[in-house]
Amino acid sequence: MPIVVNLNKCKGCEECIASCPYDAIEIKEGKASINEYCNFCKTCLSVCPEGAIEEIEGKFFIPETSSIGNYRGVLIFAEQREDKISPVTYELLGVGRRLADDLNVELSAALFGASEKEAEELIRWGADKIYFCDDPVFKQFNDEPYARLLSLIIETYKPEIVIAGATPIGRSFIPRVAARLGTGLTADCTSLSIDRETRNLLQVRPAFGGNIMATILCPNHRPQMATVRPRVMKRGEYKKDKKGEIIYIRADNIPFRTKVIDTIKEVSNITVNLQEADVIVSGGRGLGNAKGFELLKELAVLLGGTIGASRAAVDEGWISYIHQVGQTGRTVCPKIYIACGISGAVQHIVGMQSSDIIIAINKNPEAPIFNIANYGIVGDLYEVIPLFIRKIKEVKAISS
Amino acid sequence: MKIIVCIKQVPDTTEVKINPETGILLREGVPSIINPYDLHAIEAGLQIRERVQGNVTVITMGPPQAETALRDALAMGADDAILLTDKAFAGSDTWATSYVLSMAIKKLGADLIICGKQAIDGDTAQVGPETAEFLDIPHISYVRKIEEVTENSVRVQRMMDEGYDIVESSLPVLLTVLRELNEPRLPSLKAKIAAKKAVIKKWASSDINVDNNKIGIKGSPTRVKNIFTPEARADRIILNGTLEEQVDKLAKELRELKCL
Ligand SMILES: Cc1cc2nc3c(=O)[nH]c(=O)nc-3n(C[C@H](O)[C@H](O)[C@H](O)COP(=O)(O)OP(=O)(O)OC[C@H]3O[C@@H](n4cnc5c(N)ncnc54)[C@H](O)[C@@H]3O)c2cc1C
Ligand SMILES: Nc1ncnc2c1ncn2[C@@H]1O[C@H](COP(=O)(O)O)[C@@H](O)[C@H]1O
Repeated sequence: MPIVVNLNKCKGCEECIASCPYDAIEIKEGKASINEYCNFCKTCLSVCPEGAIEEIEGKFFIPETSSIGNYRGVLIFAEQREDKISPVTYELLGVGRRLADDLNVELSAALFGASEKEAEELIRWGADKIYFCDDPVFKQFNDEPYARLLSLIIETYKPEIVIAGATPIGRSFIPRVAARLGTGLTADCTSLSIDRETRNLLQVRPAFGGNIMATILCPNHRPQMATVRPRVMKRGEYKKDKKGEIIYIRADNIPFRTKVIDTIKEVSNITVNLQEADVIVSGGRGLGNAKGFELLKELAVLLGGTIGASRAAVDEGWISYIHQVGQTGRTVCPKIYIACGISGAVQHIVGMQSSDIIIAINKNPEAPIFNIANYGIVGDLYEVIPLFIRKIKEVKAISS
Repeated sequence: MKIIVCIKQVPDTTEVKINPETGILLREGVPSIINPYDLHAIEAGLQIRERVQGNVTVITMGPPQAETALRDALAMGADDAILLTDKAFAGSDTWATSYVLSMAIKKLGADLIICGKQAIDGDTAQVGPETAEFLDIPHISYVRKIEEVTENSVRVQRMMDEGYDIVESSLPVLLTVLRELNEPRLPSLKAKIAAKKAVIKKWASSDINVDNNKIGIKGSPTRVKNIFTPEARADRIILNGTLEEQVDKLAKELRELKCL
C-alpha cells in the first residue's frame, strides 16, 4: 500500500532521506516528500522520530478472496537427485508439518522420479499424502516438465501453501510455476509461520545482502508459494508406523524444449558436502596463499569436518568455487563454523550466520566477523591454528 | 540473431552500512550501479553477437534515473536500449516485473534473452524464469559457460549443487548467468561519450499493451508486511589471555558443549 508523509507531524529533520535505499525521499518546502522512485520497501517507516511516515490502507487490489476458500492444505515439493531424496526435503516436511498442524489441514508432498520406497519414507517423515510420478522424464532435473507437472498438481488439488527448497533446482523451476499460476512467490525464506487470524503465511527473508529482514505476505492469491533456504529449518520427526496415501500421477504429453545431455560431478579433494557437514573450517584472504588451506584441512579432518572459503579466497584461485560460502556461494549451517582470516563482509555472513557455534580467528580486532562470533580469537591464524590442532590432539588422546 | 539483455539498476549493497544504534540501513552516498550479474549478461550478449551475427538490445524496467544504467550498457557496446518507465510500474514484485518485461520482449521479438542470475538488492533470482514462463519459452538457469550457439540452438553448462549439467535448448530461450561466465569489458572513453549522447527510447505501459491490473503494486501478489534488522548474537565471548590460554579455553568450551 502507498507510503505517505503526514505533513502535520513531519518536522523536516531529514532522518528518512538517508535510510531510503531507492533515493525516493526529498525535502520539499521543509517537509519530506516521497517521489515516484518509492519501492514500498517500508524501511523509512521505522526511522522517522515523529512517526510521520505512514502506510495508508487502500482498496487497490482486486481481491480474489471468493476463490481463496477453495484452497486447503500444505504441499511441499520433495526434491530428489539420482533417485535419492535431497536433505532439504526432510526440512520441508518438518516446517510443512508444523504449518499444516497450525492450520489443521493435510500435509502432502509431490515426488517426481525416485521410487515408491522413497515415497513411503516421506510419509514416515510427516506427509499424509504423496503425489508420485515416476515417469522417466523426471529422472533428471529439467525445468519445463517439472514446472508443468507441479502446476497441474496444484491446479487439481488446490493447496493453500506450496513450499520448495531454495536449492539450484527449486530456485530455477518454482518461479515458472508461480508465473503460470498467477500467484506470488517469496524466495529464500528463513522463517515461515501462520497468522492465525487470516490464515496467511508470514514469510521472512533477508534483503539487501542480509542487512535487513522482510516479512512478505501473499494475501489475495492462492497458493502462497515460498522457497526455503536449506539447513535453516529443523527436520520433521520420523515415525516408523505413520500411515499415508500414495497417489500415482501420470505425466502425459508433457512438453519440453531443453535437454540435459550430461551431468558432471566436480570432484574436490574433500568429498564432504558443505551443506551436510557438522564442522566447517573456512579460510579467507587472510590465509595469504593456497597452501594455507593445507593447514585448515588438517584442522578440519581432525574435527571430522570439511573446508569452506570466502569469495576472496576463491577469486584468488586458492580453492575451487564449490567451497564458497555466502551470498553467491552456499548457505551452510554446521554445528561449528571456524572462520580463519575472514573479515566478515555481509555477503559472507548471510551464508553462515545460522551456524550453531561460530569461532573467528582474525588478527584485526575490529574485523566485523567478531560481531557475530560466539568465540573470537584475535591473533595470527598461523600461530593460533597449529596451537589449536595440538590442543585438540591432546584432548582426544586423554578421552580415548 | 536478436539478443535482449535484461538489466536492473540497484543500490551498491556492498557499500550499504547499518547504523549500529538504530539498526537502520544508511544509504547516503551509496551509488547506484548495474546489478553486477547483469554486467556478465551484457558481456555474454556482446560475445555471442561477435560469434554469430546479430544485435544486442538492453532493456530495464525502472524509474527515470535507471537511464544511466542503460547508458553504461550502451558504452559497453550494446546496439540499442529501452527504458520501461511508468508510474504505474512502481512497486511491482517479481511477478509483475516479469509480466512487464515479457510484454516488452514480445513487442521487440527475440531469439535469445539473457538475465543475471539474481539482483543484489532482492536476491530473488525469480525474474528470469518467470519471464520465460510468461513468454512460453524454455529457460536455463545458472549458466556458467556457453559452449555453442547456432541459429536455432544453444548448449551451455548449468551449475548444480555437486557439479554441472550440460543442457541443450532450442531457440528462443532465456538464460540466467553466473559471474564465472566471463569478464565484463570496460568501455572506452570514446564509447562513454557517445553513450552519453545516445537517445534512449522510453516505453510506458500503453506502449507495450499491458493489462493495468497486472502491474505495479496493484498487480503484485506479494506485499511487504514489515522490515526489521536481524538480531545480533547474544552469546558472544571474545577470549583473552595469551594465545595459548585462549586456545585452551576454546578447547575446554567445545569439550563442554560435547563438540570435541
Ligand atoms: C554481489 C557480491 C556477492 C558476494 N558474495 C560473496 C560470497 O558469497 N561469499 C563471500 O565470502 N564473499 C562474497 N562477496 C565478497 C565480500 O564482499 C568480501 O569481499 C569477501 O567476503 C572478503 O573475503 P575475506 O574476508 O576472505 O577477505 P578480506 O576482506 O580481505 O579479509 C581478510 C581478513 O583476514 C585477516 N587476516 C589477514 N592475515 C591474517 C592472519 N595471518 N591471521 C589472521 N587473520 C588475518 C584480516 O584482518 C582481514 O580481516 C560478495 C561481494 C559482492 C559484491
Ligand atoms: N526491473 C528490471 N528490469 C530489467 N531486468 C530485471 C529487472 N529486475 C530483474 N531483472 C532481471 O532479472 C534478473 C534477476 O533478478 P531478481 O529476480 O530480481 O533477483 C536480473 O539479474 C535482471 O537480469
